[in-house]
Amino acid sequence: MPLVTIDNKEIEVPAGTSVIEAAQQLGIYIPHFCYHKKLSIAASCRMCLVEVEKAPKPLPACATPVADGMKVKTRSQYAIDAQKGVMEFLLINHPLDCPICDQGGECQLQDIAVGYGGVESRYAEAKRVVSEKDLGPLVATDMTRCIHCSRCVRFGQEIAGQMELGMPGRGEHVEVMPFLESQVNNELSGNIIDLCPVGALTSKPFRYHARGWELSRRLGVSPHDSLGSNLTVQVKDGRVQRVLPADNEAVNEGWLSDRDRFAYQGLYADDRLTVPMIKDNGRWIEVDWATALAQAAGALRVLKETHGGDALGFVASPAATVEELHLLQKLARSLGSSQIESHPLERSAGRGQARWLGMPVAKVNTLDRILLVGSTLRSEQPLLAARVRAAVKASAELSILHAANDTQNCAVANAVIAAPSQWLAALTEIEQALKGASASAEAQAIAASLKSGANKAVVLGAVAQIHPQADALHTKAAAIAAACGATLGFLPVGANSVGAAVVKAQSGDVFAAPRKGYVLLGLEPELDCVDGAAAMQALATAECVVGLTAYKGRAPEYATVLLPIAPWAENEGGLVNMEGRLQTFNAATRCQGEARPAWKVLRVLGNQFGLEGCDFDTVAAVRAEALPDGWLEGLNNAAPAVDLGAAVAGAIEWLAETPIYAVDAVTRRASALQATAMAAAPVATANASLLARLGGKTTLRVRQAGLAVELAVRQDDRLADGVLRIAAGHPHTVSLGARMGVLEVEA
Amino acid sequence: MLTNESLAQIDREIAKYPAEQKQSAVMSALRIAQQEKGWLAPETLEFLATYLGMPTIAVYEVASFYNMYDLKPVGAHKLTVCTNISCQLQGVDAVVAKIQAKLGIGFGETTADGRFTLKEGECFGACGDGPLCLHNNHTLHTRLTPDNVDAFLEGMK
Ligand code: SF4
Ligand code: FES
Repeated sequence: MPLVTIDNKEIEVPAGTSVIEAAQQLGIYIPHFCYHKKLSIAASCRMCLVEVEKAPKPLPACATPVADGMKVKTRSQYAIDAQKGVMEFLLINHPLDCPICDQGGECQLQDIAVGYGGVESRYAEAKRVVSEKDLGPLVATDMTRCIHCSRCVRFGQEIAGQMELGMPGRGEHVEVMPFLESQVNNELSGNIIDLCPVGALTSKPFRYHARGWELSRRLGVSPHDSLGSNLTVQVKDGRVQRVLPADNEAVNEGWLSDRDRFAYQGLYADDRLTVPMIKDNGRWIEVDWATALAQAAGALRVLKETHGGDALGFVASPAATVEELHLLQKLARSLGSSQIESHPLERSAGRGQARWLGMPVAKVNTLDRILLVGSTLRSEQPLLAARVRAAVKASAELSILHAANDTQNCAVANAVIAAPSQWLAALTEIEQALKGASASAEAQAIAASLKSGANKAVVLGAVAQIHPQADALHTKAAAIAAACGATLGFLPVGANSVGAAVVKAQSGDVFAAPRKGYVLLGLEPELDCVDGAAAMQALATAECVVGLTAYKGRAPEYATVLLPIAPWAENEGGLVNMEGRLQTFNAATRCQGEARPAWKVLRVLGNQFGLEGCDFDTVAAVRAEALPDGWLEGLNNAAPAVDLGAAVAGAIEWLAETPIYAVDAVTRRASALQATAMAAAPVATANASLLARLGGKTTLRVRQAGLAVELAVRQDDRLADGVLRIAAGHPHTVSLGARMGVLEVEA
Repeated sequence: MLTNESLAQIDREIAKYPAEQKQSAVMSALRIAQQEKGWLAPETLEFLATYLGMPTIAVYEVASFYNMYDLKPVGAHKLTVCTNISCQLQGVDAVVAKIQAKLGIGFGETTADGRFTLKEGECFGACGDGPLCLHNNHTLHTRLTPDNVDAFLEGMK
């Protein structure tokens, strides 16, 4: 290994290490802009110039590999002169508008100018001005401030896999921009805000809200997907002002999806529930907690006594914390109810089983072969998709089974695009092909891919888990995984789906037969259940519905008692992510109004019933009971014993995915995310031949069971024939009923 | 979008590179497309991007980097005058002033009759013969002076 001397300190580093990295290991900071440890080397800013003995000119530390015996000086007069010169050049065209720049106080250019620049500028001529670019509702631009480090461009090319920004022009005319007037739509686009070392790209929702030094910081865990990205939640005046990534290589690698980053806006939606309310003779009135809790407990007790415990159904969001779910199931069971639902967007009969990724998240990057079954990965788990991309870039082969051949962020080696009713057959063919039997060409290709390679995984996504044959797909996927020596994995739907199963917050089928009473925790049943219409019907006929919720939403229509609970930033607790990692967090801000963390509400509710063992003082105490030693052993991807029954096929199958910004109540209320193209009102898309069969109309009236829904139609030939893709989880499509069903189109 | 002849030419360029390096043919493809269409419209760039399997913005980066590519329609005679340092020292400014006065257009403009377009160029690598003007990307006119500009322009009538 080469031995280098940097500022008189010696270090031995592997060949190929750059000078800047070697210096970092020695704790020596070399100023830089374009260098970023997760991106390729551009060596375009020249800020990192250092003196290298025997080199005829200063060398960029980021692009200079170490050599044995190399002597580097980062603070010699020679190096300092070079750095000062570069700084002066960088500032020639920079507007120096720090007082009105959002980056002020947390700007690399500012810091480095102070640390390594001169005091005065010798430049008195006119500066260049660059016209503003509209990149959409998330990223604000002030392109005159750009120093052309190309980090934002490289991020799109290398990490996100979608090059939306480029640097057209030449010399002084170079500008960072998208093609023509297009906006930046990638689901990871917010990361370019963090990457931009100056104030050229800043957060639009955060713009002019606060200075970095006014914000207090708390660590958090993102509740919008089952990766559980680590967050730095920044608070001022009791409000979350901004969310940034917290570094955790094993989870989010310092990145955030736009959903993780911007969903916080939903915390301040107009329909936040901040005071307990009860329905009194058809009118909603605000009451104090004691009254509301007594009313809730009284009504539930009457129902239990007259109809038995199973007359009560308990439904929770899979993003509820371990502690909340533990207390909820404890409450349910002690009231004699076995009707507890915490996986409302899954169809498996055995969804109480703690199904997980089957491997550490970080291992995804090292996979050689991946078969992805029924996953719209980029919207389900945006950052896991970036890891899959990294694996593919490093030579993995990705095969997919889906009803839509969507643009992925990486190369897809093999794809079977088929209507959902054909998926089981498609998996069976792959299994056959693995056994050497004859099968279709695609199945053969996937089998061949899966037979080679060392690290392999077969992974079932959210669409596979809400599929009418979810259990059969699981069984087949398990057989394929066994046949090729792959790991079987699941992409859990909710932030705490795994934890919910571990604490046994899942049994029964709550909405299948309407219950007399319901307790709802943190979800909007019409949008967050397999069949929102049926859920709403069941709730409408119930005598008592206790809603623990942060938002009113449609709850006043069906609830009888509304208890305001804390959404994630005001809450505390733990979430178990897809790899079985328990991540805990404290409240980042105080609760709004009278809202309280749900674990406290459930504890008090338990006390109302005189339940034993509900006297927890801290959330940690609840957690200790919920997750006894050895709980990780409960994770289990074994296939259930099921009969692989026939599919329910029809002429038009509904591909019903939850759009990326409709996954939970908070995200659905995040205004900037809702203004993006990906949150546009639902339309129906189908391929040309289905559209022709439907008479080539521009709008369709579609129904399954309930009321018809009118939708604009678009052609999308990436869809399998016979598939109508309509976003679920949206108010407009609730009455279509059970997701992934068979649709009728009115003539 | 493009004629079969153009596509065949582009395919020949693509064939020069390994299959997964198709985008290496982008400069030739742009040249061929411009030859056919006269200039590179946004739709043409989008078409080439799809054809070469690369992001449109990346095609645009190339097309906007080299000034022989025209991203706006140009006249029948495109004159690209070098204004870099060597030509400057040899008096190109006076030549430019003369051309501009004569044609009544500035850099980046086209005469109303659609006959002439004047563009500013970067060093053509023939400084010894400056000031220089490139005609329609192919013919280099050398040693221009305010006096010989008239004859030079007449020759293009
Ligand atoms: S916008 Fe920011 S990140 Fe992008 S090139 Fe300019 S300075 Fe770098
Ligand atoms: S950091 Fe080395 S050149 Fe930019």
